[in-house]
Amino acid sequence: MSHWIITPILLPTLLGAFIVLAVRHQVALQRVFSLVGLSLLLINAIGLFVHANTGDIWVYELGAWPAPFGIVLMLDRLSALMVLLTAVLAMCVMLYAIGSDWDKRGKHFHALFQFQLMGVLGAFLTGDAFNMFVFFEILLIASYGLMTFGGGTRRLQAGTQYVIYNLLGSTLFLFALGTLYNVTGTLNMADMGARVAAMDPEHASLLRVGAVMMLMVFAVKAAILPLHFWLPESYAAGPAPVAALFAIMTKVGAYAILRMFTLVFPQDAPAIAGSYDVWLMPVIVLSLAVGMIGILGAKTLSKMVAFAAIGSVGTLLIAIALFTPEASAAAVYYVVHSTLATAALFLIVDLVVSRRPQWQDAIRADRPMPQNGLVSAFYFAAAIAMAGMPPLSGFLGKLLILDAATGQWWIWAAVLITSLIAIMGFGRAGSLVFWKGYGLPETDAPAFDHPKQPLAFVAIGALMAGVVALTVLAGPMHRFAIVTASQLYDSEAYVSAVLNNATSESMAHDSSHEKEGTEGADTNEGLLDTEGGAHGTEHPAKATEGEAH
Amino acid sequence: MSLFLIAALPFIGALLPGLMIQAGRNTCSTWTGIISLSALIGLLVHAPAVLRGEVITASVEWMPALGLNASFYLDGLGLLFGTLILGIGCLIILYARFYLSSKDPMGNFYTYLLLFQGAMVGIVLSDNILMLLVFWELTSLSSFLLIGYWKHLPEGRQGARMALTVTGMGGLGLIGGMLLLGHIAGTYELTELLEKRDLIQADPLYVPALLLILLGAFTKSAQFPFHFWLPRAMAAPTPVSAYLHSATMVKAGLFLMARLYPVMSGTTEWFWIVTLAGLITMVLGALIGIFQNDLKGLLAYSTVSHLGLITMLLGFSTEAAAIGAVFHIINHASFKASLFMTAGIVDHEAHTRDITRLGGLRHLMPITFVITAVASLSMAGIPPFNGFLSKEMMLEAAAHAQLGDNAWLIPALATLGALFSVAYSFRLLLHTWFGAERHDYPHHPHDPPFGMWLSPALLAVLVVLIGLFSQGLVGGIVQTTAASVLGNHAHPHVHLALWHGVTPALYMSGVAVLGGLVLLALYRPAHGLWHAVPRPDAKVIFDAIIDAATKLANWITDTLHDGKLTRYAAIFFLFTVLASWHAFSGGAGVTLPREPMQADIIPIIAWFALIAATGVTVYYHRHRLLALVVLGIIGVVVSLSFNYLSAPDLALTQLSVEVVTIVLLLLALNFLPEFTPKDSGNGRHVRDILIAVFVGGAVAALSYVIMLTDFAMPSIAEYHLAQSHDLAGGNNVVNVILVDFRGFDTFGEITVLGIAALIIYGVTEGLLGSKVRQKLLERKPNHPIAGDEHPMMMVVATRLLLPIALMVGVYIYLRGHNDPGGGFVAGLIVAIALLMQYMASGYDWADKRQRFPYHASIACGVMAAGITGIGAFFNNMPFLTSDFGYFQFPPLQKFELATAMGFDLGVFLAVVGAVMLTLESLSRLAYRRGDVPDEYPMDINPSRQPKNEDH
Repeated sequence: MSHWIITPILLPTLLGAFIVLAVRHQVALQRVFSLVGLSLLLINAIGLFVHANTGDIWVYELGAWPAPFGIVLMLDRLSALMVLLTAVLAMCVMLYAIGSDWDKRGKHFHALFQFQLMGVLGAFLTGDAFNMFVFFEILLIASYGLMTFGGGTRRLQAGTQYVIYNLLGSTLFLFALGTLYNVTGTLNMADMGARVAAMDPEHASLLRVGAVMMLMVFAVKAAILPLHFWLPESYAAGPAPVAALFAIMTKVGAYAILRMFTLVFPQDAPAIAGSYDVWLMPVIVLSLAVGMIGILGAKTLSKMVAFAAIGSVGTLLIAIALFTPEASAAAVYYVVHSTLATAALFLIVDLVVSRRPQWQDAIRADRPMPQNGLVSAFYFAAAIAMAGMPPLSGFLGKLLILDAATGQWWIWAAVLITSLIAIMGFGRAGSLVFWKGYGLPETDAPAFDHPKQPLAFVAIGALMAGVVALTVLAGPMHRFAIVTASQLYDSEAYVSAVLNNATSESMAHDSSHEKEGTEGADTNEGLLDTEGGAHGTEHPAKATEGEAH
Repeated sequence: MSLFLIAALPFIGALLPGLMIQAGRNTCSTWTGIISLSALIGLLVHAPAVLRGEVITASVEWMPALGLNASFYLDGLGLLFGTLILGIGCLIILYARFYLSSKDPMGNFYTYLLLFQGAMVGIVLSDNILMLLVFWELTSLSSFLLIGYWKHLPEGRQGARMALTVTGMGGLGLIGGMLLLGHIAGTYELTELLEKRDLIQADPLYVPALLLILLGAFTKSAQFPFHFWLPRAMAAPTPVSAYLHSATMVKAGLFLMARLYPVMSGTTEWFWIVTLAGLITMVLGALIGIFQNDLKGLLAYSTVSHLGLITMLLGFSTEAAAIGAVFHIINHASFKASLFMTAGIVDHEAHTRDITRLGGLRHLMPITFVITAVASLSMAGIPPFNGFLSKEMMLEAAAHAQLGDNAWLIPALATLGALFSVAYSFRLLLHTWFGAERHDYPHHPHDPPFGMWLSPALLAVLVVLIGLFSQGLVGGIVQTTAASVLGNHAHPHVHLALWHGVTPALYMSGVAVLGGLVLLALYRPAHGLWHAVPRPDAKVIFDAIIDAATKLANWITDTLHDGKLTRYAAIFFLFTVLASWHAFSGGAGVTLPREPMQADIIPIIAWFALIAATGVTVYYHRHRLLALVVLGIIGVVVSLSFNYLSAPDLALTQLSVEVVTIVLLLLALNFLPEFTPKDSGNGRHVRDILIAVFVGGAVAALSYVIMLTDFAMPSIAEYHLAQSHDLAGGNNVVNVILVDFRGFDTFGEITVLGIAALIIYGVTEGLLGSKVRQKLLERKPNHPIAGDEHPMMMVVATRLLLPIALMVGVYIYLRGHNDPGGGFVAGLIVAIALLMQYMASGYDWADKRQRFPYHASIACGVMAAGITGIGAFFNNMPFLTSDFGYFQFPPLQKFELATAMGFDLGVFLAVVGAVMLTLESLSRLAYRRGDVPDEYPMDINPSRQPKNEDH
């Protein structure tokens, strides 16, 4: 059988452990292993993407325990895309961290980076609600380490707020899981979805509470107002490559909402209806507004980008919270754009910070920095992308979202007006930081010398190239987004892929205490009609071992 | 040439100037010119076909599902604008070569210029209105770069931002408008959309779509009240002003109105909005223009006025007016670009553009003078120049236009506009070029080199030729263009001629010329009057608005994110509880089928202890040590309750975790002040207490409901209970769940533990060399330190305990699969045993005897667990598939071996490593490198003298 679905989780874990074990004192070797690991991860992710694009839902039952009793990993188009996106982002960010020597400023950067990837990738691949909690924990603790990486008072303070706030979210996650388990009796997402769909609305009050608490948890991760307070300061204070990597972290929250609230708690399930749809869109629009206003209102570039990240995720979440296949397709397209553009902008701000020893990231004029032209060109392109102006993918994404929200004119108004605020904010900051310096009187201070850092520019260039590719190849990408979204809304397919046989049997599993035999896997393959062995887990009857005792 | 290539050529070519500048300025400008010229030739090749009435198309899919395609088409309107853009583009490129000084980065300039050119060509060739939007915003962006080209000038930067904000706003409106339009028509392709006039105008969304589209068009074409950005954009280098801000970009709005004319025009809304905006802009722009002293400022307001004129004509929605509009677009582009370039020449030569400092230049710069004279007379509408013809057409159309029932207002205002136009044109001509020659020019002017005046001269020649031979030269293109504008297969009758006979327009024209000259003659009093009347200054208003918006944004951002964690947390709690309550109340409510358990006396006592301990912790939370000790009580009660409720595994784990955390926290408290400072007032306290009680109550209610309800559906736990022994080979279901059923979760959690320890290491490592640590080392303890650092009793006891504890650890580890225990608890027990050595015998002593780095222990743990899981791959089974068997080696009894043991070993190692690394990291903070290590492990030894009086 094939194990490539789990290698994106195992590879960073074991590599991280290996780096701690064997090369924790040699940064050069750590870099080598990191890059090799990330290259392998990238290849792995491409392979998974190609596989998922056949339309197959690949279910991997850990420990060969049949679903829903054990943990499953689940790969569909959406998770494959997120894995690939993470791998690409990680590679670019790592190149930047090496190119700018960020990784030398503290201990264990590379190991923590790998563990962070483990958490993120696990969250994208798991098909089990509790397992998702575990991966949320991993990505939280690793991100805390990365965020405070390099130390310093401000960073530690911000990190403390970050970790405390997110621990509140984790605690809530446990409450939510406890509540949901208490009602549905299962943790497997597809199984839970099938049970929610079958649930009598008369007895669903507790289920509704659980679903909404779950939504809150993801809202914290995705930084939806008013649960976003952890983000601005921690992203602004954290090391730039880490903030750039965290461009995927808010997307974990967005992904989880899209996954759980199409598969498990769809808006139209009778048991769930009306529990969150009233307030979700308004608070998302509010977070879009606060994010974009923050672009204009921030006093430092880092804060500005942090708010831009909130605004960008807000835009993404509008598409998600519409909960139509068309809108979800827009979300799938936009999530790639938002991740790449946000990451690029964080890195560009870091270029500025390191080149302006006096004012760093303050939005005010300083003498033109070394490589001002190149840095400002990158800033210009990334700001266009982030503000959603043509011709880059942000604009196309916005068009898709507006198109999907046709008829809800207040959403249109919010998206368009906040775009203007973003344009004003980016224009103001860019003009002050990159242009105004030319008007300042010459000083006697010696020109500030700064290494050229070609690798850092290559890394940012790669991210921007991704944005350009997303623009040029918008047609194929959008087609992919459409089939991805339609797959998401076909919950039946997930349920039958995960539970192997019909839903009704899983409901009545208490009568069958046998671990399923190979027949189950056969049914599975028959249902999915794809190449054999690629999905579903074979279960040689362990019962034969029973004779030993 | 394919339409794709024509549109793409400037974009591709935009790379060249940046590279070619290395080879010198001439090479750079030549290549730029070649690009532009090739595109022009490529376009003109299609001209005969287009003039015959054919439409050239080219299309490729981009995002077909959205309706966004890269489709182009070339009709009369596109040809006219394309020719203007590329033709004038070539002239501007030539002109700029001589205009830019050697200090200006020419490569950047030409790159931006070509980007703009490509965007503009894209607009006029687009068939798809969504793609048109892309190009539309690109012109705003490239215009931003070009206006701000002289980065050191504040006017440039501010003008650039103002233009970007205003046109950006319009662009966003246009996005909405275009999407609406496409939504109504069901297509985004112009060629299809333009056929659906009735459908579009009948739709209730027509008016919003119209308003949004006009917002885009008016901001771009500087129509009142959005006209104010254009004069500020004059901070750009003059070639930019001539090209973008008179001849091409500002006409994009007109183009858009003309393009959508077939489907949008003719309605009352269109007539009123477009006509009035155009009319007001025309008169106002011309009026302000008269009193501008800056040559470019005058020309800018004149441009505003002429754009208003064309807008007004389009608003009339008649065939004659549309023809006039098309014709004036050509004429205005020719004379205005020429005038801008000559203004640039004057600036270049005399080093000023201030009319009051100029005058009498005609003898000093005769060539430039002739060009200016021709162009400005055309601008004034004097025959036989081309401006006269189109102005006549405008007046003719205005003469027949009615504003509601009012028949005289439009003709009167149109005449007034023409009058002002004459006034500023002659002011430009007379006040700059005539009069006495002066001696106080900032720089003595003379005619520029040939290359610099060639471009405006060519345009001036055009001005004359079109004036004289209008029908023959441009009759065809005006005819074709007007046909595309009118759409609906119209065949407009175009007849261009200098002499139209005696018409109302001729009278109006005469009045305008005479009136304009009179006004100019009265310039001084008029000027005084103008400055006596208070007027709103658009820049001041705009800046005030932007400033207020920025301040407001700043205030919102700072107020919302004040950095107070307590407030953030309060919002989190309240929002969560309220949203959960909302969800709950939307359901049908709950019934509580289960009976609460009967409480014995012992649990009640424990419960009271728990409540009391919690109360004490809250009350004394500032007293850190006390709070920590009391927390220990809570932990013990929780452990006991686990045990009481038949969860011995949990109880065991909880107890060991409790010990380890309390020890580590004590160690950490060692570095902290004894008391937490009071950091919030009583009001805040009351608020926090209320929130805490509210949220606590909500959680209690939730727990109560959960405990008293049954599963709504059968739980997966039954399977675990039933299969634990048979399929996983363990009787302890808890442990089997941890290492087998849900071993993957455990795998993740031990990683979390390991990462946490690594972070503690990293953070403390960062503190080692810092001032913080110095402070820690130098601080004076509040209480005297105990006499014995390493009390003998404790040392002896811990040494004795160590092997026993290790044995217990191994035992707990081994029995785990079938009885309470397991790797996690075993790891904690061993860690406690090791911790005790550090506590009793000191860091130095213990560390010296510890040869296995704790980092490695964590890593080995994670790897052991991972490799055990991977082992299943070789059995062709998924990760973490377990196997077990029963073996018997005499003389031992039969025993069980399971792969889960390997996994549990990993758990064990990771736990030990994590705890010990934390301890090590914290201890290092207090450890002084210079310290002499204790010579003896024990302070008191009967066989030697007691250590002395240090303490």
